[in-house]
Amino acid sequence: MIRLTDVRKAFNQGRHNEFWALKGIDLRLAAGAVTVFRGPSGSGKTTLLTMVGALARPTSGRVHLEERDISAMPERFLTEIRRSTFGFVFQNFNLIKGLSVVENVMIPAYPVGLPHGRLKARAMDLLERLEMADKAEARAEWLSGGEAQRAAIARALINDPRVLIADEPTANLDSERSAQFLSIVAGLKRDGRTLLMTSHDPMVAEAAVVDRVVSLRDGRQVEAR
Amino acid sequence: MTAGWISRQRHLLDFALSSLGRRRGKNLGLLAVYTLVVFVLASVMLFSHAIRHEARLVLKDSPEVVVQKLVAGRHDLIPAGHLEAIRGVRGVRAAEGRLWGYLFDPAAAANYTLMVPRDQPPAPGTALIGSGVAAVRDAAPGDTLSFRAHDGQLVQFTVAGTLERDSALVSADLFLVSEADFRRLFGVPEGRFTDIVASVRNPREIRTVAEKIDAALPDTRIILRDEILRTYDSVFDWREGMLLVLLSGAILAFGIFAWEKASGLSAEERREIGILKAVGWETSDVIRLKTLEGMVISLTAFLAGYVLGYLHVFHFGAPLFEPVLKGWAVLYPDFRLTPFVDELQVATLFFFTVFPYTVATVVPIWRAATVDPDQVMR
Amino acid sequence: MLFQPAIIALILASAVSTLMLASSLPFVVRVLRRWDMASGAETQLEMERRTYLVATLLKLVLVAQGAALVLFVFNADRMASLFTGAMCAVGTLKVDRWGFPALYLHMAVFFLSAFWLVLNHVDNLGWDYPLIRLKYAALLGLAPVVAVAGGVQLAYFLGLRADVITSCCSTLFSGNGITVTSNALAAMPHGVALGLLAAGLAAVAASGAHFLLRGSGGVVHALASAAVLGIGLAAVVSTISVYVYELPHHHCPFCLLKREYGHVGYALYLPLFLGTVCGVGGGIAARTRRHPSLALAAPRAARRLVGVSLACFAAFGVVALWLVLRSHLILFEAAP
Repeated sequence: MIRLTDVRKAFNQGRHNEFWALKGIDLRLAAGAVTVFRGPSGSGKTTLLTMVGALARPTSGRVHLEERDISAMPERFLTEIRRSTFGFVFQNFNLIKGLSVVENVMIPAYPVGLPHGRLKARAMDLLERLEMADKAEARAEWLSGGEAQRAAIARALINDPRVLIADEPTANLDSERSAQFLSIVAGLKRDGRTLLMTSHDPMVAEAAVVDRVVSLRDGRQVEAR
Repeated sequence: MTAGWISRQRHLLDFALSSLGRRRGKNLGLLAVYTLVVFVLASVMLFSHAIRHEARLVLKDSPEVVVQKLVAGRHDLIPAGHLEAIRGVRGVRAAEGRLWGYLFDPAAAANYTLMVPRDQPPAPGTALIGSGVAAVRDAAPGDTLSFRAHDGQLVQFTVAGTLERDSALVSADLFLVSEADFRRLFGVPEGRFTDIVASVRNPREIRTVAEKIDAALPDTRIILRDEILRTYDSVFDWREGMLLVLLSGAILAFGIFAWEKASGLSAEERREIGILKAVGWETSDVIRLKTLEGMVISLTAFLAGYVLGYLHVFHFGAPLFEPVLKGWAVLYPDFRLTPFVDELQVATLFFFTVFPYTVATVVPIWRAATVDPDQVMR
Repeated sequence: MLFQPAIIALILASAVSTLMLASSLPFVVRVLRRWDMASGAETQLEMERRTYLVATLLKLVLVAQGAALVLFVFNADRMASLFTGAMCAVGTLKVDRWGFPALYLHMAVFFLSAFWLVLNHVDNLGWDYPLIRLKYAALLGLAPVVAVAGGVQLAYFLGLRADVITSCCSTLFSGNGITVTSNALAAMPHGVALGLLAAGLAAVAASGAHFLLRGSGGVVHALASAAVLGIGLAAVVSTISVYVYELPHHHCPFCLLKREYGHVGYALYLPLFLGTVCGVGGGIAARTRRHPSLALAAPRAARRLVGVSLACFAAFGVVALWLVLRSHLILFEAAP
């Protein structure tokens, strides 16, 4: 469902510290599969995720979502696609401090304009499924690592996206929590969602639920499983 | 407008309010300075408008045409014979002589305005006094006040009562006496008046009538009420404008302050905007959010500042302007202005405060809103 | 010059508006020369980001100019006490030759910036910035108008001296006054004015309904809307104001805004202006559908704009009719 053709991305273009994070990636990602991007830090795997997830535009090359070329879209439309198609779980979860968990979960849906009551019911429903209902009114900064991640997952799912993107999801978790995360991933896969993750945690790369591992080094793809 | 649009605005407003609440310290500081700016400007405007309004109240009852005799370019007593000449001009309804002047009272070190009222003058030997006079001389009805006449002899007045009028500014220093007492005090001979006032039958003819009087009595000067009004208006407008220009430094400083506050985003705030954008907010959503925050602050500050300014001017007698007032006349400090609010003035004040704030924050808001959405992943 | 708070505020508003537009001109030129939607280069991303700033600035200019237009009229009315012979805004504006041009330019800036924002709105609906060059070229045209409007206003205020003898609406509009345009408007026979207004409103309604049903003729509706603005203002000056004041020779377009007449002018001018903005805007939006990326979105936006314009003109017509009917003044004898 997602196709990348010769995708390149430069930072600080035209300046003395110009740096190419991606140097030509060709990739097809199937719908409904779990894919892990692996590689040392600086290999470009996070940058690749931002291209795939419509967070940023490639400097050159094409990104197709289904049949649509999203690589030259203005931010306005990219945002709409991102909001409806992708959900993000960030490495340090990036919950907004000072807001309650349920408010954090609702944030991505604010620009959509759902009535408040329905939106809140949906958020509570998601928190329930992730066993976080009792923490709904707690402030985001009071959560433990595992709880914060589940809150972040609920936030990523609030707009019912087809693709969930997770950046180093187990980096801040112990083994028990990591296992719990992988079981959530398995559940989401059963729902028919596509999952994309970066990780250098072998526990993730070798998990049974993972269909494909893509390895990157210096902005290039080196092997694929 | 659809329901979706409305609930979107509601969500944004909710989020804006909670976002302001989360940075209470910073925003309260901004709010305080903003309110102060509105307060000072509102006080200046309300005060000068109230004075202008007051002047208009005073002039409402004043005669349409005043005729003064000039000798060598200076104001002199006018002979009663002129009265007949003026009454003879077509279009003049009535004309009468007035007696008034100023009296310096060494006991109070103050100037009073002595007048012989046109109707119901006090009986000879008695006087009606304004509240200011009563206050400085600590006089109550029945008390006796004495002054030196022009020839050095003492003239005594029994206070018959004090004056209450809707405009304290006018009546505070008034001292009303009978015609006989006035002439004795100042040595004004019979058949002479301070000036002559005339009323005109048709208000549209005032100018023509004035020209005719001028032609008939070449040794006089004619003052029209409309001219006084116009002069007052432009003088007060000018003063107010001058003050605003002086205060524009303060507005500019405030604009710079607002700019700095708006662009000095904390790392936490930048992170927050990055998160919003990453999870699906668009640049214009963030701009709208920040604009809403600015509007909440602006409206709060404007309302608070205006109410404070109103209380300051109308309920506490503008204590911050008292020094300026004291230079005007000793008797005036304790008057209370008639509350008077004017739409144009509110609109202008809004322009002077909210507009600069908004302009100063546009670029910082845009900068903040165009944070890269992928920065939270870096 | 008269040193008045409202005057200073107005000068401030135009100066800031001009500055904001002038400061974006270098960027406008860059867009016209370098814009390349296909590129993902950082300079292109940076330019796209800048477009948000320009749009926000223009919104601010529109709001400021709209408010300034009201303030300008309001203040002109208030200043009448300073000029012998002036009894309302018309007298103040007649003090020198810059008064009315300043007012007209204020209106022009208001409408042009509103049209620009419609263009901007439509452009934002397309996924490839289809109108970017057109709308930035339009900015090159708008900026001088704003600057000239500010300059003329400044010239007007600088030339004001209290107590300049001026004529006011009663003489100005009574048929033997001085100006040609205003007089021609005021001298327009009541029957002609009301007939033209009815015809104009009918044309707007017909073209708008046709557009909503068939999806074509947006430009006709735009032209009709612009015409109704002119006709409507003429009808207000020549006839409707007379009905409101119930004085056969009082033709003032501004006194309607005063409290004495229940601020009824706002109920006339707001729908008329908004209707014109939406009507012309609808035409503009309809014209843009030949861009592939706007084929769906532009007609939808145009329909919404035309719908709003129809509602506004209907409101204007109803208010005007109501003012005529409730008046005690009789200008037309019932037909025998």
